[in-house]
Amino acid sequence: MENQAVSLSALSSGSTKDKKHTAPPQPNRAFGVIIRKEIADHIRSWRFLVLVALVLLTFVASLYVSVSNIRTTFTNTNDPDHAFMYLKLLTSTDNTMPPFHVLLSFLAPLLGISMGFDAINSEQNNGTLTRLLAQPIYRDNLLLAKFSGAILIVGMLFLSLTLLMIGGGLVLTGVRLEAQELIRIMGFVFVTLLYVAFYLSLSILLSIVFRQPATAALSALGLWLFFTVFYPIIVNLIIRAFLPDPAYLTQAQVMGYNEFILDILRIAPNQLYTDAATTLLMPSIRSLGPMSMEQMAGAIPSPLPVKESLMIVWPQLSGMIASSTGCFAIAYYLFMRREIRS
Amino acid sequence: MEPIIQLRNLSKRYGTFKAVDELNLEVYRGEIFGLLGPNGAGKTTSILMMLGLTDPHSGTARVCGYDATKNPIAVKQKVGYMPDSVGFYNHMTALENLIYLGRLNNLDESTLKDRAEEVLNIVGLAGSMDKKAGIFSRGMKQRLGLADVLIKDPEVIILDEPTLGIDPAGVKEFLTLIKTLSQQQGLTVLLSSHHLHHVQQVCDRVGIFVGGKLLAQGDIASLSANLFGKEGAVTTIKTVHLIEQPWPLEAEMRQWGALTEIAISGDTLEFTTQHDITPRIVRHLVEKGYNILQVSRKEYGLDEIYQKYFESSFNENLNHGKSSGIFKRAFFGQHKR
Repeated sequence: MENQAVSLSALSSGSTKDKKHTAPPQPNRAFGVIIRKEIADHIRSWRFLVLVALVLLTFVASLYVSVSNIRTTFTNTNDPDHAFMYLKLLTSTDNTMPPFHVLLSFLAPLLGISMGFDAINSEQNNGTLTRLLAQPIYRDNLLLAKFSGAILIVGMLFLSLTLLMIGGGLVLTGVRLEAQELIRIMGFVFVTLLYVAFYLSLSILLSIVFRQPATAALSALGLWLFFTVFYPIIVNLIIRAFLPDPAYLTQAQVMGYNEFILDILRIAPNQLYTDAATTLLMPSIRSLGPMSMEQMAGAIPSPLPVKESLMIVWPQLSGMIASSTGCFAIAYYLFMRREIRS
Repeated sequence: MEPIIQLRNLSKRYGTFKAVDELNLEVYRGEIFGLLGPNGAGKTTSILMMLGLTDPHSGTARVCGYDATKNPIAVKQKVGYMPDSVGFYNHMTALENLIYLGRLNNLDESTLKDRAEEVLNIVGLAGSMDKKAGIFSRGMKQRLGLADVLIKDPEVIILDEPTLGIDPAGVKEFLTLIKTLSQQQGLTVLLSSHHLHHVQQVCDRVGIFVGGKLLAQGDIASLSANLFGKEGAVTTIKTVHLIEQPWPLEAEMRQWGALTEIAISGDTLEFTTQHDITPRIVRHLVEKGYNILQVSRKEYGLDEIYQKYFESSFNENLNHGKSSGIFKRAFFGQHKR
């Protein structure tokens, strides 16, 4: 405003005459605008580059290991799944490093947490949250856009990686890709996304609860660590204290207890994810619970059709969807009526 | 005339502390209203309630005909709000920041860039529109904040402490800009401040807000008349020579009736009068052969008004032991972080 005369003349010539610049109302345009900005922000951020590098590294390393001994796995006729070359690419290993889907069960939470832990609180600390919410947008649109922006990016990343893997495999080996394999692999990508979604909505929730991004990140990581490491230990300890001596139980009772323990372990999202991912990628898995000898008798060790595998993982999928939605609902509840102050 | 901002018995409590207590306020179309009060008086809380950014405990806030608590989106379409510490996306340029906000306001995409540049020109940031907002100084951010507000063509502008942290020259420019905008576009402006002089420069009416209560409102003249009317006007006259004691003219002038008191000290005469009779006093003294060096009439500005109100509210606090409330608030403030 060094030259005020100029600026004031500009003022009088403009804006007063054409008073309305607003286009006819389109209710959900703001949502798209925020998503677009979120995605642009993520892509340009260093954090995202680091994460992509990590995922790529995991992917290349595990693919290298599995490609180098694909011949032995493919010709191993003792394994009922040996004919699914592309599934084997994702799951086989020579025991020097864990297979891709196990590595991903560590990386996915990291991805989800790091994309969401500062979603709301950094905006609040920067003073941009007040500015944003002083505009005619719905608060839930902001939350939803933060969530969908991140999940869209992660989805794109995983989808392109998987397609890259399939394409690379096709070029390298020339083995035909079966429809069943494609469905299973896409299902695996979807399950992984659900897993990321859970941690993403958890970290967005924590970013609303805690004002400092560092606190939110740390508590999200703490929860993740609790679920992966301590939760099974604690469950084991407690169950062992209550469990009667198996020697005095009938087989049916032992099975019942086993089922019960598994059900409790399945509260942890990582258990759900591992169950679902392995079932989808290893077609010969027929049940996630214990099976009796009667059930096993007469079963031919052969791969299940896709539909059956999907039936097995359906409870796991619903569990993960439910826990993500639950986190999101709490976040929504906390955020909607909150006082927005910078 | 229908008020454009209408607050009725608006109250907000944090725990037992009343941040805003039964606030009634009306602001009319086209005026500049100043909400004046010390820190922690509840100015920001009231403003947040007008925008639906926080919910009142009781009472209603109607802005542009909409209930701000129940229909905040409609209010936000017509009201531009600049928070006291406005923040921007530091990695985006000023223009990008502004365009993003324009899109959120559903402005026409084809003319959006021109519109943003025009607004940046109005607030005087045309030269720095392609610089990142992260490197902006406080004053520039404040201007960009004003551009934010203007781009959506609001009917009402609410500015929370707009002059905070700008240098004196910048403050003057900023206030002139607000005044001009209000006059040319017929905007209604509500601004809060604890800087009385800034408010005095631009506001048509002011409301004095202490401890969650609106103590007084009106234009500055009527406020001072209310407060100091009973004390009358004070005229001070300095002469070249010392005034002899006792002063022979005193008895004569007392006959005028308007004079309530005459104080003489050395070469200075101080007249306290029921109403302003300065010209008559001066004429009389000149006729009597006094050489006058200086005449001054004491006027009550916001400073005195402010002081007066704060004094009384401070005394009240002491009497009613409200200090415990302040203490709790300090504790709560820490807790809230």
